[in-house]
Amino acid sequence: MWAFTLRRLLYAVPVLLGVSMLVFALIHLAPGDVVDILVPPEVPKEIADGLRRRFRLDEPIYLQYLAWLSRLMVGDFGISFFTGRPVAEELFGALGNTLIIALPAALLGFSLGIVLGALAAYSRDSWLDKVFSATAIIGVSLPHYWVGIVLVAIFSVVLNMLPAQGMGFEGVPTSWTEIEHLILPVITLSLIPMGVTSRLVRANMLEILSQEFVGTLHAKGLAKRRVLYHTLKNAAPSALALMGLQFGYLLGGSILVETVFNWPGSGGLMNLAIFRRDVPVLSATILVLAAIFVVINILVDVLQALIDPRMRR
Amino acid sequence: MAEAATLSVDASLVLKRAQQGKSYWRRVWERLLDDKLTLAVTAMLMLLLIMVLFAPWFTVHDPYTGSVLRRLKPVGTLGHWLGTDEVGRDLWSRMVYGGRMSLLAGVVPVFLALLIGGFLGILAGYAGGLLNSAIMRLTDVLYAFPSILLAIAITGILGSGLKNTILALTISFIPPIIRISESVAAQTRHLDFVEAARASGARPLTIMRYHILNNVLGPILVYATSLISICIILAAGLSFLGLGVTPPSAEWGLMLNNLRQALWVSPLVAALPGVMIFITSMCFNLMSDGLRQAMDVRL
Repeated sequence: MWAFTLRRLLYAVPVLLGVSMLVFALIHLAPGDVVDILVPPEVPKEIADGLRRRFRLDEPIYLQYLAWLSRLMVGDFGISFFTGRPVAEELFGALGNTLIIALPAALLGFSLGIVLGALAAYSRDSWLDKVFSATAIIGVSLPHYWVGIVLVAIFSVVLNMLPAQGMGFEGVPTSWTEIEHLILPVITLSLIPMGVTSRLVRANMLEILSQEFVGTLHAKGLAKRRVLYHTLKNAAPSALALMGLQFGYLLGGSILVETVFNWPGSGGLMNLAIFRRDVPVLSATILVLAAIFVVINILVDVLQALIDPRMRR
Repeated sequence: MAEAATLSVDASLVLKRAQQGKSYWRRVWERLLDDKLTLAVTAMLMLLLIMVLFAPWFTVHDPYTGSVLRRLKPVGTLGHWLGTDEVGRDLWSRMVYGGRMSLLAGVVPVFLALLIGGFLGILAGYAGGLLNSAIMRLTDVLYAFPSILLAIAITGILGSGLKNTILALTISFIPPIIRISESVAAQTRHLDFVEAARASGARPLTIMRYHILNNVLGPILVYATSLISICIILAAGLSFLGLGVTPPSAEWGLMLNNLRQALWVSPLVAALPGVMIFITSMCFNLMSDGLRQAMDVRL
């Protein structure tokens, strides 16, 4: 088990290196360089070139990459072009804000998805199955940013029950009026994970229920509840893998929902960085989100291996 | 979104089917004809395609000319049955014309990713060894990005526009397609008929084209249809963020973005473009489900 975990961790190193190269390459593919973004076009060329030398932009590209990488290694993400504050400070604050909606959304989406999927599989072809399966397919087909808009239209514009925009607090919510700000974004974000999880769980359960060992368990006289436990345990590894991926998508995809609700999270930060052409913030956000995704995937692999020893190859 | 794929090819099942006489694709076709829901959504998509292609036949007003006097008319206004947008353009016209961009940005990336990813995946799966490692390790790097993040990163850095949207979405969808086609190709590679083809002197490219491709095609097609539904949502999402199609083009996501400010005045009109994204995406999802059942593919 430890060997497996170690191997997975070691494998993350080349992947992360590749990710950093890709982000670096992307930024250098963009038309113009940092100096073009920072100084107005009427500045004389000599001054601009002086700046390029100062930022060491005249060095070969691989040296620039190595310098950038070595700064990243010690946690130096640079300074925001726009605010002048350290990128790390801005980014980790924003990530915290994203997690405040992403974690409850994941919890809600996954648990609802598992329950709906399992119930649908257990009552196969009944009306319950049809209703749940329809809910799931609607969940995966809805553009979640649009759902956010519709929810705002209903609950904020028409019913005037919940706040439409913004976070309304800093750090962790402490009172009901602060929690109210969370409700619409969390529901919006939870839809896709709910739909995807319930579809997978249903398909998996149906397949496992058709296997011979389930018949044996019934024949042995095991209570239905105990049989369910065995099926769930068999369905767990692939559901876990999916949930890991989905959580990553939730973090990455929250940019759309954060835009709808004006939520000051990592997605909102990325959106701002794109339009301000704030390269340090943009590259750091992409990099950190990708790194989180890699770590989540490792965690999922290890969890899977814990549940199912066959995976420890 | 992209689901982790586990696939298996059951040799005895394949053999049984082959002995029943009818070809695989013929049986798939027969099963599809029996599936009312899939037929219905396919018909709906065809209708949408026709409407979008022959947009002038289905609309009265020009989608680009507005009038300050007719701004944000509600649904059901005489002459503008779906109302007008924030600059007085007919909403129905813009929805129909907007479908052109939305469908284009939803289908083309998946198609391109299918070609590129399918080829690389089959190559990796069939060749094995070093080539496999090289392709799959590169895929792992791309896989480290959630697809939407990669798409946003690419369009955010390279700039908005239809071309960059298609490029970004194509790159985001290549890795999952490589993974699926690689896993099926690797499983097929050691089946008897492939060995037989190899023994009879068929060249690798021929084997890949005839024998491996035929086995990979089913799962990939099913997966690609469901990807289209994601792609439509993401493409519209990019425009919604201002990273995709640029104004004044009509595109569902962009319309949603422009109408957002009108939410407090005319919530129904502001929400309408999203309905189109939702319906189209659901049709593709249902079609993918139908294909999956008809082709007997497990993804």
